[in-house]
Amino acid sequence: MAEQGLIERSAIELEGVVKEYLSHGEVVQAVKGVTLDIAEGEFFSLLGPSGCGKTTTMRMIAGFEEPSKGVVRLHGQDVTNVPPNRRDVNMVFQSYALFPHMSVWDNVAFGLKQKKTPQEEIRRRVGEMLEIVDLGGREKRRPRELSGGQQQRVALARALVNRPRALLLDEPLGALDLKLRQAMQLELKRIQREVGITFVYVTHDQSEALTMSDRIAVMNDGLVEQLAGPREIYERPASTFVAGFIGTSNLLSGTAAGGVLETGGGRVLVPGHDGEVSVTIRPEKIRISADKPDGELSALPGTVAEVVYLGTYTSYAVTLADGAEITVFQQNAQDATTTAERGDSVWLSWQARHSYVMESR
Amino acid sequence: MRRLTPYLLALPGWMWLAIFLVVPLAAMASVSLQTGNVIDGFVMTFSVSNYGDAIGGYSTQLVRSLVYGACATVAMLVIGYPVAYWIAFKGGSRKSVYLFLLLLPFFVSFVLRTISWGFLLADDGVLLGTLKSWGLLPAGFHVLATAFAVVAGLTYNWLPFMILPIYVALERVDPRVVEAAQDLYATRGAAFRKVVLPLSLPGVFAGVLMTFVPATADPVNAQVLGGTGNTMIGNIIQTEYLVNNDYPTASALSFTLMAVLLVGIFAYARVLGTENVLEAAAR
Ligand SMILES: Nc1ncnc2c1ncn2[C@@H]1O[C@H](COP(=O)(O)OP(=O)(O)O)[C@@H](O)[C@H]1O
Ligand SMILES: [Mg+2]
Repeated sequence: MAEQGLIERSAIELEGVVKEYLSHGEVVQAVKGVTLDIAEGEFFSLLGPSGCGKTTTMRMIAGFEEPSKGVVRLHGQDVTNVPPNRRDVNMVFQSYALFPHMSVWDNVAFGLKQKKTPQEEIRRRVGEMLEIVDLGGREKRRPRELSGGQQQRVALARALVNRPRALLLDEPLGALDLKLRQAMQLELKRIQREVGITFVYVTHDQSEALTMSDRIAVMNDGLVEQLAGPREIYERPASTFVAGFIGTSNLLSGTAAGGVLETGGGRVLVPGHDGEVSVTIRPEKIRISADKPDGELSALPGTVAEVVYLGTYTSYAVTLADGAEITVFQQNAQDATTTAERGDSVWLSWQARHSYVMESR
Repeated sequence: MRRLTPYLLALPGWMWLAIFLVVPLAAMASVSLQTGNVIDGFVMTFSVSNYGDAIGGYSTQLVRSLVYGACATVAMLVIGYPVAYWIAFKGGSRKSVYLFLLLLPFFVSFVLRTISWGFLLADDGVLLGTLKSWGLLPAGFHVLATAFAVVAGLTYNWLPFMILPIYVALERVDPRVVEAAQDLYATRGAAFRKVVLPLSLPGVFAGVLMTFVPATADPVNAQVLGGTGNTMIGNIIQTEYLVNNDYPTASALSFTLMAVLLVGIFAYARVLGTENVLEAAAR
């Protein structure tokens, strides 16, 4: 098992893929040159704000759009000009796109029927799949008679029952409420582990991408800004766009000399960097203390401007001497001693490795 | 009071129905059972034989009307479906322009339009005259005063009423659903047969109803384009009413036509009912 995991075979490759649309006589580039290599069995996310080209990228993988430039390969085979019905991938649409005139059963059986699968096998596989997505007993319903979450699971079953080599999901949980969405995230992850196929997951929700993915491509304006694992994306954003898009982050900038950035009445350690830099620090990496901390730490003095209790943690907004505002998350553990109040003068500190430094170009 | 409110609100609707449907129908039903003539007046005699006489006398025209109506409806479907499909899926931002063009002829009176068709199809008219002068048609060839001319006229006159409901149904088909079918290994043809066609059937159903009934009952096309050998039931009713002033026969014929059409529609709805069709298409 472990050895199999080591053999990283490509499931989906995009090479310099560009998609241009003609819109009111003007050429619009929805995707401006994307190169990706998605491994077999991977949970891969395309993350980015609305309109950044995620859906377009996915539609080129599925075969609904032909790239204006570039190559699409599935399992090593060039499929750039192959129509969707002859690609071994299936898609879960943003709005589900269930067949409104068919029962749940017929929706799920559609792909197998088109592939001329024997009746007996269709019956067995559709039945099994409906059990997996917990829709047993609802075979005869029409899509409009189901709740949003149930429709979502029909869409999932309709794609998965064909045992595609890759499943494409376009914001599949976007229409669900928060609680259901979180439940379905776990469910999707479980199903992906169970069936072991490649998932390409499109979302604009960064926490969803961070919790579910093996790797994430953060997209902005038709380009991939960063391609890495969730931890690296979160802790080492490759650009200010990524830093700003992925959760709450603090951004400091200035001119560093000898690996130290003097700012806001304190110092930030930026080992190995000189000149114009910007530094991102995650709120949960910062410690609050009443006194100036000892040791090789980045340390800044400030005044607590706001304290918000958020259950498992407390969020502090701290204003620095130069007016910059820093967000700090502090776990509410039982032995937590620091309880800063609004208006308190405090010190903020963190270890050098938690500063993520980008040299300004 | 509260429980009566909905009924009170529906009152104008009921009154509309009563004044413009029930009263005239009742009057016509009563006339259809009377005997007499215009000069001496008509008296109620409950002579059901009016119906027997009317149907017996004009069964040829009744059957012919149903056949012509059916042929025209089929022709409208064959021409109209592709047009509606094209506007709905390929019309892009010009959809409303195409729909307007479709309705443009309707700014001209129905009778005038039919008469212009008569000119168009005349033995030495623009179309046939030209083809004949090129030697593409024999000199004796004619279209006017044939069954073909009548059916063509009916088809032309009600075509938009076939196209519009089909268009509305196709317009509502989510293109993503068609893509989903293709994603699930359906060819373009299969996606059409399994998804687009079944979802457009309610429109086809409405279109057939909206065209078959008026086409079958129409007197104008047969009169203008059909000559003497293609009289339809609408012409007979018109003549009985306006020329012979035989109101009972005209009324009896009208009722017979209405009954035949209603029975036909119910049978059609039964066989081709929307739900049934959808079930069948999902197989
Ligand atoms: N068919 C199209 N014609 C013209 N522009 C399009 C078309 N599809 C997408 N676009 C444009 O391409 C950009 C990317 O769209 P999309 O891939 O849907 O973004 P996302 O899924 O990330 O929200 C958008 O600016 C959108 O307006
Ligand atoms: Mg999208």
